[in-house]
Amino acid sequence: MLLEIKNLHASIEGKEILRGINLSINEGEIHAIMGPNGSGKSTLSAVLTGNPAYEVTDGEVWFRGKNLLSMSPEERSREGLFLSFQYPVEIPGVSMVNFMRSAVNEHRKYRQESALSASDFLKLMREKRSIVELDSKLANRSVNEGFSGGEKKKNEIFQMAMLDPKLSILDETDSGLDIDALRIVAQGVNKLRTPQNSTIVITHYQRLLDYIVPDQVHILYKGRIVKTAGRELAINLEERGYDWIKQEVEE
Amino acid sequence: MMQAEEAYINLYKQHAKSVSKSCSDLLNSKRQAAFEKFQTLGFPKNTHEEYRHCDLRKVLSIDYGLNINRVRIPINPHDVFSCDVPNLSTKLFFVVNDQFYKNDKPIGLPEGVLCGSLNDLTETHVRLLEQYYNKLSEKSPDGMVSFNTTFAQDGFVLYVPAGVVLEKPIQLIQVLHGTVDMMANRRLLIIVEEGAKAQFLVCDHTLSSKHFFSNQVTEIFVGKNASLEYYDLEMDQPNITRVSNTLVSQAASSHLLINGVTLQNGLSRNNINLCFEGEGASANLSGIALGNGNQLIDNHIFVDHAVPGCTSQELYKYVLDDSAKGVFGGRILVQKGAQKTSAYQSNKNLCFTKDAKMFAKPQLEIYADDVKCSHGSATGQIDEKALFYMRSRGISESEARLLLKFAFTADVLDNIRLEPLKDRMRMLVEKRFRGELAKCAGCSAANCK
Repeated sequence: MLLEIKNLHASIEGKEILRGINLSINEGEIHAIMGPNGSGKSTLSAVLTGNPAYEVTDGEVWFRGKNLLSMSPEERSREGLFLSFQYPVEIPGVSMVNFMRSAVNEHRKYRQESALSASDFLKLMREKRSIVELDSKLANRSVNEGFSGGEKKKNEIFQMAMLDPKLSILDETDSGLDIDALRIVAQGVNKLRTPQNSTIVITHYQRLLDYIVPDQVHILYKGRIVKTAGRELAINLEERGYDWIKQEVEE
Repeated sequence: MMQAEEAYINLYKQHAKSVSKSCSDLLNSKRQAAFEKFQTLGFPKNTHEEYRHCDLRKVLSIDYGLNINRVRIPINPHDVFSCDVPNLSTKLFFVVNDQFYKNDKPIGLPEGVLCGSLNDLTETHVRLLEQYYNKLSEKSPDGMVSFNTTFAQDGFVLYVPAGVVLEKPIQLIQVLHGTVDMMANRRLLIIVEEGAKAQFLVCDHTLSSKHFFSNQVTEIFVGKNASLEYYDLEMDQPNITRVSNTLVSQAASSHLLINGVTLQNGLSRNNINLCFEGEGASANLSGIALGNGNQLIDNHIFVDHAVPGCTSQELYKYVLDDSAKGVFGGRILVQKGAQKTSAYQSNKNLCFTKDAKMFAKPQLEIYADDVKCSHGSATGQIDEKALFYMRSRGISESEARLLLKFAFTADVLDNIRLEPLKDRMRMLVEKRFRGELAKCAGCSAANCK
């Protein structure tokens, strides 16, 4: 098993958001997590990646057999966890090249591999950039600075390609994307798919799941997974909305 | 406090003859008036608004020696700084403490250019240099300046006559060296006449573990249509105090760039006092102050738009760690009638710890009505979102912090127009943030491999 979440509770500023999440993901699987606004979807991704703003109050998370919650954010990344941010952060003055070189080499160091030479690194950049059709000019700019919404999301998937994670969490990667950018981003994700790596797709809409086809769909509501089914659940939601789920839960 | 002044006043009274003995008439002719002024002004005190956050009492309580009898410091800076720099070839000069280090090698500068010892050149070119020496400093209300004029025995002159363009940058390396605590009264005189062009780099270093007080006065004259780039690098030790007064006069349509980087020091107080005397001139002033330990870095910049149509731009950034303290005082004065003035000032600061402190006082005084002016100052902590973003990519927290610090200073370094120097400075700033600077005794801005 790649990821196992048991009874996960988490809060921010004393307010409990996650109230007992249970979720298991095997290698090679794609899981979609859907749910109405405020149900805890982004909190789950933040807690899994170790965002210090959130406090875990109960439960455990095992990632590749290791205790994920005891690791720093950077260790989680080096272990193979990746988050595509809903709102990628702009970092003026840090070039994409330096940023990625630091990241890639830290990953390599963790695996006890030597740092990439400048030319090998640039070659890797070129190769991975083409997966999401990221403009070469952007690589010389500061991280996300002045990138359009679509470019920022492409840049997330580009970073994912560079770091080759075991488990990727795509947090609302479809938000703010037009249909062409959505297709490019989704195709990028699909190209990176292997029988070993897994993906969690967090989304509001069925749209993205037309491209990235999930094995399982989970509905998150009020901090708990209230329903799990196959792909048809997402289609069902698209037609009927969330009200029937809410009603089921209230009953 | 009065004690410190008294000791120096008595010293001068007793040794005035010795101070003057080996010096040019021009230097000597300015001493008495300056001495009287110093007796009135004294050393700057933290009760003065301008020195409110810069308390010199402690460092002035140290019993510094002054090398009044001009004992030669036994050091050959050429040996110490023997390595050369790839790509940045400069004409290299040295000042050891406050003595110009004489070098007999031909320097190959264009005809008419003077470059060398202040004491010697004010002797041999008195007619020329009396038009400039002390002309700006005699008006200064800062006691450190009159103190300097009282005791100045040597220093450095760069004179570029009208129309001459210096192809290579001039580099001055100032070294502090000695086996006892010492004070150095450094004096620089830079004159770039009409239509002339020069690039000047001055680097301060220390080769001693003793306490030093460097009291520097730099007078800069940029002539009509002339252009000067002035790069100032402080790479000293925690046992060093530097008070520097840079006084600038800019003629019509002249261009000046000043870029100052305090990489490492104990206490740094840098005053820049710039006056536009002719229309259409521009000045670009920028600096980085990197503080750690108990360091204090205080930059006070005064730009006087006395005439119409001039442009000034300021960008000063501080990165403070540990218990370091930063002070920025930026005053822009747009005088009555100085229409079509453009004056911009920006000060941004990062405090990395709870104990690091920043005091900023931007001031804009405008007495003209057709001007474009802006100023802004912001002090903050590290961007936690950016930090987490970087860590989530596998970059360690310390490395992420380092990248963010370095990024913060990038736009100031971008002001450096000498490309090889810019690369060198980037490397030095990064080394400084990594704590790898301490060992390098050489002038790494241009030297040292």
